[in-house]
Amino acid sequence: MITAGIDVGAKTIKVVLLDGGKILAKTSVLAGFETEQSVEEAYKEALAKAGIERSAVGKVGATGAGRKAVAFAQTVVTEVSADAQGAVFLHPSARTVIDVGAEEGRGIKTNADGKVVDFAVNEKCAAGAGAFTESMARALEVTLAQFGDISLKSNKSIPMNAQCTVFAESEVVSLIHSNTSKEDIARAVHDAIASRISAMVRRVGLEQDVILVGGVAYNIGFLDSIKRTLGIENVVVPQDPEYVGALGAAVVAGAAGN
Amino acid sequence: MATLTKYPTEPLKCWNKAKELRLKYYKDYAECKQRGGIRWSGGAWAMDAIPAGLGDDVYTLTSEPYAASVAFDPKLNAECQSAADAKGWSRDLCSYMRTYWGSMYVNKYAFGGEFPKPDFAFQTQICCSHHKWYQHVAEYKQIPYFTIDVSVGLYKDVDEGRIAYVVNQMQESIPWLEKVTGRKFDDEKFIAAVNNECRTTSLWAEVCTLNKAVPAPLEEKTMYALYVLATLSKHSKEFGDFYEELRDEVKDRIARGIAAVSTERCRLITDTQPPWSYLSMYRYMEKYGAVSVGSLYTFALEGVFADQPDGSWGPRPTPEQLGIKIRTREEALRIYADWNLSKPEWQHFYDPQIKTDIMLRMVKEFKLNGVILHLNRGCEGLSKGIMENRLGLVKAGVPVMTYEGNMGDEKEMDYPRTLSRIDSFMESLGFNKLEN
Repeated sequence: MITAGIDVGAKTIKVVLLDGGKILAKTSVLAGFETEQSVEEAYKEALAKAGIERSAVGKVGATGAGRKAVAFAQTVVTEVSADAQGAVFLHPSARTVIDVGAEEGRGIKTNADGKVVDFAVNEKCAAGAGAFTESMARALEVTLAQFGDISLKSNKSIPMNAQCTVFAESEVVSLIHSNTSKEDIARAVHDAIASRISAMVRRVGLEQDVILVGGVAYNIGFLDSIKRTLGIENVVVPQDPEYVGALGAAVVAGAAGN
Repeated sequence: MATLTKYPTEPLKCWNKAKELRLKYYKDYAECKQRGGIRWSGGAWAMDAIPAGLGDDVYTLTSEPYAASVAFDPKLNAECQSAADAKGWSRDLCSYMRTYWGSMYVNKYAFGGEFPKPDFAFQTQICCSHHKWYQHVAEYKQIPYFTIDVSVGLYKDVDEGRIAYVVNQMQESIPWLEKVTGRKFDDEKFIAAVNNECRTTSLWAEVCTLNKAVPAPLEEKTMYALYVLATLSKHSKEFGDFYEELRDEVKDRIARGIAAVSTERCRLITDTQPPWSYLSMYRYMEKYGAVSVGSLYTFALEGVFADQPDGSWGPRPTPEQLGIKIRTREEALRIYADWNLSKPEWQHFYDPQIKTDIMLRMVKEFKLNGVILHLNRGCEGLSKGIMENRLGLVKAGVPVMTYEGNMGDEKEMDYPRTLSRIDSFMESLGFNKLEN
């Protein structure tokens, strides 16, 4: 049976079409203001990419902060459950899932079936999430990709407040004024986010293998920081890490009874 | 989604009476001066049986439940919080204290009219805010103030010296009360009040213990409207009588299999004061068939518990139940101090492990599926050590969800995200939403 998973995130909507163990298509569109319209657009694009009709999809699962916008979904699952299911589907030995999306960071402990054992999510503020890195990259006047690259050139540890995006931004401005290099500032930002995320991970209990998902997984500077902060060499980043939640929703939809 | 309707349910018969008693309490406080009465203000843990020795026309405004009432009115609460901000008080202070002060500054009483000025303040000190709270009230309102320091350590370590420390302060408070009110202290009224308080707080503990039954005859959102009476006036005979009526009704519900929530299939407890503006989250949990059967806070803020002969947790027997007849002021003060020092909710001020142990006991005896901890940014006292409690529960294999909020300042709560977290927690426990 072909199943669809739709992850309605704060910034983007991701769709995965799954046929048994095989991913048929993945698409992503900006969430925009008209979420239901964007969901429809993303879904149609995925169907077209896979070359199948809507009627070929047996079950649709929705997840993400805006999951209620997927009116045609038969199953609805939280991001936490979707992440765990998607991560274990891709990497069966995954036991800790770190998801850093646009507005939320999560640490999830899962069992071999992809069932959530424990989880921690950042509270209210977006510090420790993707929007925070974007804001800091803007402050340094570099692209997000450059922001990750340049931080790897630094070997300095500069403590920074990662509790509040606004305060952190003013700290970055102070560092710029004190002639701290962009490389050192970029690393400080990544270390601060990693520190916050690893606190969540340790709260639920670090168990290997660790898999990093969500859009921030593309950021090699953050990846370096989270490895150092957790004190582990291997953090698995799957291909297209931002689609893991949508994939999990498709897996859950497939597992749901008829 | 699964459909499940399991247990019969019906409203509590004494529900309206609880509401009436509460409203009468607040009205009496506001109006008592017209009848020549005395009014005083202090915390919900103040030793209120002592001022009861001044006469039958002495009325109290306990500040925490008052602030919780204000918090239930978002508009007034925002006005009170803003007034506290404008005076320069920090946001991380006790939000009840900020609300109470704000109500005093804007001179608005949540139950109508101007904020009634107390004749004196009478307080206990165990939490970091308690003494300072009324120091400021006394200065602002120019009223006399007495505090009793009750922070003498864990009850299991309490010895005669520590009891004497509390008793001596209570002794000193009596001539002080006579001086500031011009009234003579009546020992018989005081002794009756001590007996009433032991009865009221033991009865509430008994009601809570009855919630071990499956299905639970009460759920926590309803219990908030019931436990509050003990926080208003522990020594009140009227409230004790009400708890006896409630206890009998709850027993009857259990005998007839009446559930608080007909679809009960997941039993939880919470912790600390809830975010009062968002009590609807308890109804949201019920969409999953999840029932919060109480919390250490709701049970033991005022309820006084003890080990039962069978080893379980239940109400502490009152002096009267033990055949102890209090004859003198000294005997009453000693019993009164000992009774209050055994309060479970006072123990974790000294060691978070004590609270973890009580919660683990609750998990077992109340047959719970999990625990929801409110990281209450409005109360340092009751949130102290809460992440250690989480760790202890998780280590023991108990599923735990945390959420951040504030009992008295709704600005510190992200409600949609909290509901989303409940969704995730329920999924992790294996429960889906039920159909209507």
